[in-house]
Amino acid sequence: MIQPTNPLLSRVADSAYWMARYIERAENVARVAAVNFHLMLDLPSDLGNQWQALVQTTGDAKVFRERHGEAMADNVIEFLAFDRDNPNSIASCLFAARENARSIRDTISSEMWEQINGMYLQFTSPRPGGVELKSAVVRGAADLLSEYFRRVRMACHLFHGITDVTMSHNEPWHFLRLGRDLERADKTTRILDVKYFILLPSVSEVGTPFDDIQWSALLKSVSGFEMYRKRFGRVSPDRVVEFMLMDGEFPRAVRYCVGEADASLHSITGTRTGNFSCPSEQRLGLLRSELDYTQTGAILAGGLHEFLDGLQTRMNAIDGCILEDFFTLPLAAAATVRGGRS
Amino acid sequence: MRFTGYQAEGFYDESFQENGLPRPHNRLMVETIQSLPEGQLVRSKVAAERMMLNMGITFNVYGDSAGAERIFPFDLVPRIVAAEEWTWIERGLKQRIHALNEFIDDIYHDQKILKDGVVPRDVIESAVFFRPQCQGLNPPRRVWCHITGTDLVRDGSGRFFVLEDNLRVPSGVSYVLENREVLKRTFPQLFEGLAIRPVLDYPSRLLETLESVAPAGVDQPRAVVLTPGVYNSAYFEHSFLALQMGLQLVEGRDLTVSDGYVYMRTTRGLKRVDVIYRRVDDDFLDPLVFRPDSLLGVPGIMDAYRAGHVNLANAPGNGVADDKVVYAFVPAMIRYYEGEDAILPNVPTYLCVKDDDRKYVLENLEKLVVKAANESGGYGMLVGPASTKDQREQFAARIQASPRTYIAQPTLALSRVPTLIDDHFEGRHVDLRPYVLYGKDIYVLPGGLTRVALRKGSLVVNSSQGGGSKDTWVLAQTPAPREPAGGGQQ
Repeated sequence: MIQPTNPLLSRVADSAYWMARYIERAENVARVAAVNFHLMLDLPSDLGNQWQALVQTTGDAKVFRERHGEAMADNVIEFLAFDRDNPNSIASCLFAARENARSIRDTISSEMWEQINGMYLQFTSPRPGGVELKSAVVRGAADLLSEYFRRVRMACHLFHGITDVTMSHNEPWHFLRLGRDLERADKTTRILDVKYFILLPSVSEVGTPFDDIQWSALLKSVSGFEMYRKRFGRVSPDRVVEFMLMDGEFPRAVRYCVGEADASLHSITGTRTGNFSCPSEQRLGLLRSELDYTQTGAILAGGLHEFLDGLQTRMNAIDGCILEDFFTLPLAAAATVRGGRS
Repeated sequence: MRFTGYQAEGFYDESFQENGLPRPHNRLMVETIQSLPEGQLVRSKVAAERMMLNMGITFNVYGDSAGAERIFPFDLVPRIVAAEEWTWIERGLKQRIHALNEFIDDIYHDQKILKDGVVPRDVIESAVFFRPQCQGLNPPRRVWCHITGTDLVRDGSGRFFVLEDNLRVPSGVSYVLENREVLKRTFPQLFEGLAIRPVLDYPSRLLETLESVAPAGVDQPRAVVLTPGVYNSAYFEHSFLALQMGLQLVEGRDLTVSDGYVYMRTTRGLKRVDVIYRRVDDDFLDPLVFRPDSLLGVPGIMDAYRAGHVNLANAPGNGVADDKVVYAFVPAMIRYYEGEDAILPNVPTYLCVKDDDRKYVLENLEKLVVKAANESGGYGMLVGPASTKDQREQFAARIQASPRTYIAQPTLALSRVPTLIDDHFEGRHVDLRPYVLYGKDIYVLPGGLTRVALRKGSLVVNSSQGGGSKDTWVLAQTPAPREPAGGGQQ
């Protein structure tokens, strides 16, 4: 159990959790966008509108349709990267991460703050990158665009690295990890879901070279292609699902992320693994053990989309429990002083 | 980079003598800057500005949502204070702060100084920042002004004066520490060659001060920094000081009062807080006692304070001594409480509330600086020599309508320091805000914030009015005299 020398403010825990979630979200937008962009260069142009699939991944397809109509290269890039009215654009995520970081600057290290602030300044400014980028898209200049997404991804990695080596692995650090890993698990389920529903409209394409390219692209969007190769060799749909959902060693696999989140939560509460002291711990532990003992075959038989949908719903519920267990202290608690020093 | 063509233009220049040679304690600095490769200083400045932006060393500009943050402009040429000058300033500040603390304690208890007629009672009772709610309060060690940022200026003869006392929530010390970091990187050779007194231990001193004024009976006090939040213009400083001291930075909503004690809401329930370094104004501290519409404060915190269960630094009520009419009586206070004459003089001050003074002020507006007694930040001010007839008439009308609100002072020819303007040096007017801590005893930070009026000819140094800052170097000893540059050998 962590014995905090400085007890952690609920507001600070909340901000640490969300700061990490937003960084992770920005990274995932950049990942998926970059991979899809490359994928389209490999595919025949009559294979449907892949930009629409991209929007689908983020879960904001409805907002997009209302505001932009049909998905095209330029409006999708604008929407995903720079649109401050899209709460899940890279710019909005970095802004939100920075606002959270700003409010807990005394808790995170200066190096972490500088990294977040630098990312915000570098990637969200509408000038000069934005103008260049937009015109680059119009011109069909893929290099600048790919470079932009690559830099966002690397900057997020750098943030995690800086966090790991400059911040004590204390209670707020575990809240940060909890937010990051839950977000990462959620995003991996969404990426997988999109492939299943959008990228693969007809059964006739199964097993074609395009299919192989698409599944490989999916693995690449979670940086998992090389690790998958080492584990399974040839690309086959059920094994890709197994790898992205159930792998216990790959850091972006859902099961791995849930396990890490569970470990952080236990570090926060001090409860032994296998036990629980609050609703969030109970639900997260239940999810972890289910993933530990579920076989991929059974999931595919029952419908992957249904399974992924269920996962997302349960993770949202866990998020809600964390909010209640740690971030909002009911006023009634004011009367019962827990752990006071009087 | 050369100082060729640099002119004092009749002002007191802190770096150069009238004959154009550097003052002895500035010689090494001037020589070092002259020996830098062409363009080096400008490049250093650009690099430092980029670093500050990346580090988020910024202040918020209200009402500007797009580029809401700017760096506080700064200048790389240091302002150097000689050892013997500083010794005298330090003595003067200790004396002044001690007397002001006695005064505040007296005002909220027996009011002897009013009874003895040294300060008129109506001056106090009409002071906007006088807080009757503080009557009878007994802060630990009887210390009220834990952190003070006194503003000093030098006139045309180079003599120091106190311009104002800031006893409420003085800000700016983070820039002192950041400027020092930047200059250590820019001029390492000067830090080797000169005995510059360090300022970077300020956070440790502040922490010591806060812990030394914990409520009686608390062995290991928990101190926190209370900020109005991320949208406050000084938020960077609040978070910076909290981080440097290792204290929790809290907002009003993080605190709650229960059974007369102050607690913070943590992931493990409520934890008691003993000392609060608050950067929230009196008015917003406690909606039950001060402004009822405040959302930044903590309901009930004043009750906990009154009961001695928590200490607030600075104490509420200090503002009474920030009033510029009360300021005029500080030399008298020093005689009254200390039995000594003031070491640091006040700027001569005309009180418009007095008939003779008001008459003089109204007849001489074009020569004087008129200030509102309760404004700060350079607001509500008339600089006579730079004013138009219209402005003077407006101020004359305001003074007659509300004489208690205004004071006037002669327009000082503020001292100047060389400042990098584009690609050359020009003299710019400066002031100096040293920081004084009062806990077990009184400590004066050797240095302080030099604010510089970057606009040519301007006398207003406030950041809201185009001011910037400079690092202030207090020397531990004065360098031995040498032959003029180029005229001899070491």
